[in-house]
Amino acid sequence: MAVVLDADRIGRTLTRIAHEILERNRTLDELALIGIRTRGVPIARRIARAIHDVNGHDIPTGALDITLYRDDLMRHPVGAQPLVRRTEIPFSIDDRRILLVDDVLYTGRTIRAALDALIEFGRPRAIQLVVLVDRGHRELPIKADYVGKNVPTSLSQSVQVHLDEIDGRDEVEIRES
Amino acid sequence: MKKDLLSIADLSRDEITLILDTAEAMREIGQRPIKKVPTLRGKTVVNLFYEPSTRTRTSFEIAEKRLSADTLNIAVASSSVLKGETLADTALNIEAMQPDMIVLRHASSGAGHLLSRICRSRIINAGDGMHEHPTQALLDAFTIREHKRSLGGLKIAIVGDLLHSRVLRSNVRLQTALGAEVWACGPATLVPPGLDRLGVRVSTSVDEAVEGADVVMMLRIQQERMSGAFFPSLREYFNTFGLTSARVARAKPDVIIMHPGPMNRGVEIASDVADGPYSVILEQVANGVAVRMAVLYLLAGGQEGD
Repeated sequence: MAVVLDADRIGRTLTRIAHEILERNRTLDELALIGIRTRGVPIARRIARAIHDVNGHDIPTGALDITLYRDDLMRHPVGAQPLVRRTEIPFSIDDRRILLVDDVLYTGRTIRAALDALIEFGRPRAIQLVVLVDRGHRELPIKADYVGKNVPTSLSQSVQVHLDEIDGRDEVEIRES
Repeated sequence: MKKDLLSIADLSRDEITLILDTAEAMREIGQRPIKKVPTLRGKTVVNLFYEPSTRTRTSFEIAEKRLSADTLNIAVASSSVLKGETLADTALNIEAMQPDMIVLRHASSGAGHLLSRICRSRIINAGDGMHEHPTQALLDAFTIREHKRSLGGLKIAIVGDLLHSRVLRSNVRLQTALGAEVWACGPATLVPPGLDRLGVRVSTSVDEAVEGADVVMMLRIQQERMSGAFFPSLREYFNTFGLTSARVARAKPDVIIMHPGPMNRGVEIASDVADGPYSVILEQVANGVAVRMAVLYLLAGGQEGD
């Protein structure tokens, strides 16, 4: 088990991403953050707060649950169904630039599901991807636009993201599974 | 979850909560511009209805379509009781076409259990005779939870034709499992023997049952199932057991009035009460779709011991 990001580094990383977002998007009016449940949601909120701290601008923030769009749902019906949680996108995504936020980018399958889900809410002008950790091993042609940290991993390892809002502490660690 | 949903007794308390929580998430899908998710793509669901039904069948069909299942409706327009062999044969013929789930409505109690024994498909009981109607009880609980946060400690009065009501049986099981104090009230001729053994208070006085209630649930007088005279006249029934504004006033100030439909206005419920501020009857219908989506989704997965 090795800690790759501690609380302090997570905080600074998200502040840096907030600045990158401001740098790359001239107009903020059409931006919106959508976090993928579970841990993408608090990360999206923190980025929104960091942007607010910089220039006072409030970026609308939503939460997306991708369970019903998973590509492995009904393939091997063994055991209970994964828990479905609420999707809350309290604004129209039409013509907005959507910043899709997740904690870890791995195979890319979650993002594929999230893109399918998002498209059904409207037609955004663009979708950009924000991740706290990119651990490699993509199985789909998906790439993040904003990466907190690239972490080389082997397939036998797992990346665990802990966030204060959910887990009571901020930490990213790699475990041998 | 077990393979089939035949009775509320098939569900643990945790599973009931899981269904209601999942329904919360499913409800949001109905508010989207595109009210559809791909979850049950490629699954075939047969709605096999041996009794007339508008609400339940439509509700199941919308739920199935919102989950992208392929749906097939077989409505056997007949009120006569079909023989066991016939139902079994029909089911086996449908099974031969490889559906994944069968939603069954039948006039005979236990029809779902018969199919459960002979079918590989998952069976969802959409009402079997006078036995159970589990998805109705689940949507009722969902609606109550929305208004009262939890069922624990609530006084719930269920009033009307208790004898013929599958809605009553499913609701009593579910509501007592979630910790509500359930009162069942109706004319003595329409109280099934042994009802008190289900853990409910039985009363023949509406005023007593409704007094201080958090929830009043009215049941339809099911004349189509009545072979004899259970009460002198509909007017007298209304006078003695009908829910009027005066009776609603005995309940808690934030009472909610429910009815599984179809309503007989002026028989079990006064029109002004049905359309009044305490009525959540149309919310029940709206919630039915979300609850059925949750049941379809959860049953489509694996089961214990797979």
